[in-house]
Amino acid sequence: MQLFYHIGKYLDLLVQILKRPQNAKIYRQKIILEMDNLGLESLGIVAIISVFMGAVVTIQTAFNTDHPLLPTYAVGFATRQSIILEFSPTIISLILAGKVGSRIASEIGTMRVTEQIDALEVMGINSPGYLILPKIIASMIVNPMLVVISIFLGVFGGWMASALTGVIPLSHYMYGILFEFSQYDIFYALFKTVVFAFLIASISGYFGFNTRGGALEVGHSSTKAVVFSSIYIIIFNLILTQILLV
Amino acid sequence: MIQVKELKKNFGDLEVLKGINTTFERGKTNLIIGQSGSGKTVFMKCLVGLLEPDQGGVHYDNLNFTRMKGLERNIIRQKMGMLFQGSALFDSLNVEENVMFPLEMFNKDMSRKEKLERAHFCLDRVNILDANHLFPAEISGGMKKRVAIARAIANSPDYLFCDEPNSGLDPTTAIVIDQLISEITKEFQMTTVINTHDMNSVMEIGDHVVFLYKGNLCWEGSSEEILTTGNKQVEDFVYASELMRKLK
Repeated sequence: MQLFYHIGKYLDLLVQILKRPQNAKIYRQKIILEMDNLGLESLGIVAIISVFMGAVVTIQTAFNTDHPLLPTYAVGFATRQSIILEFSPTIISLILAGKVGSRIASEIGTMRVTEQIDALEVMGINSPGYLILPKIIASMIVNPMLVVISIFLGVFGGWMASALTGVIPLSHYMYGILFEFSQYDIFYALFKTVVFAFLIASISGYFGFNTRGGALEVGHSSTKAVVFSSIYIIIFNLILTQILLV
Repeated sequence: MIQVKELKKNFGDLEVLKGINTTFERGKTNLIIGQSGSGKTVFMKCLVGLLEPDQGGVHYDNLNFTRMKGLERNIIRQKMGMLFQGSALFDSLNVEENVMFPLEMFNKDMSRKEKLERAHFCLDRVNILDANHLFPAEISGGMKKRVAIARAIANSPDYLFCDEPNSGLDPTTAIVIDQLISEITKEFQMTTVINTHDMNSVMEIGDHVVFLYKGNLCWEGSSEEILTTGNKQVEDFVYASELMRKLK
């Protein structure tokens, strides 16, 4: 029953979020600010993880496909497919659920317990719309950009691993990277990322907005935001994969 | 003018407000006093619409605020200013931006220069113009209250609500804040409602005092009358301290 209660409250909050903004100019400024806060500040961690994961995927694939019947360029091909289809959209989104989700929930939760949200409501401002909508839009714009960067850096990490360890020749790696490339895979990755971005920002916003109490509850909300965002990313990953790839 | 008619609020089986009737007049500082748990905060939240009453209503200049929905209610809310117990300044905005915030949200016709001038006027009125570029984390509790007052009056409200404006302040600063609220009320002819349990505030600025006791309006009158009401609950509250008993 608790699950249905929360789903109902979450949908009710979404309806409030999507109401017409009082001042579109202020909302546009907030979206730009949130793109900086939620996106650009995550670039460092996304870059580091992508390069190293690309390198690890390449080395592991090379060791596990060391067979005379398998061409060596298959390593590049498998690395590319793993990065585009799963690693960059899903794993990076899970990482962003931790970093961005906890930030959103704790920021909004702190505003709730320090009466800043009450202050907005007394002024006649649609507080869920003002606080959560810019974060959702900013995440849906900036997360796909981060994922595109992650794809490039993941492939670059694999190239670096090939160059430094010599597990496969660089020319074979590059051939595999370009082999039977399908643009649909990029669409699939970006579509998933946009859905995950919506889930991260809205679920975290929901938990932050419904925080009651003090500092302890802000911490609980932050933890719940990360846990539930991650769970829903995994669930929607399965659903979207079934719909888009099968 | 704010009229409260038969206001009732329950939380489950707990009756917090048991049918309150009173009127808060324009140009007066109206104080809601009472012991902790008497229902003061719930009453204030019902007045501003942060809580919905179970019965009865709140009327702003004869308009039934409780029955209003959405946009209609927001129009009334744009005429309200509120000073919260913890000031509730927006952490991400500096002092000047905090005061400009309601102007930015609702005054599309005002130029940026006009908004800035209005913000500076309000900050100057509460004697804190020098701190306009500081962030809330960089200023003291008393300064935060002043900024919160400046933000509350930025949009020239008709109604000003103050929830425990003196909490956490030293006696001298508390009196300064009280007098500031009282002066602003008279100057801008607002209907001011203050939620407090500070007897100094009652004696300093209380034009009209409402005493709540266990969810009932137990007594109302002026700050002069409160010392000689003969009402046991009021006297227990007023003369709770040794000092007041000796003065009596």
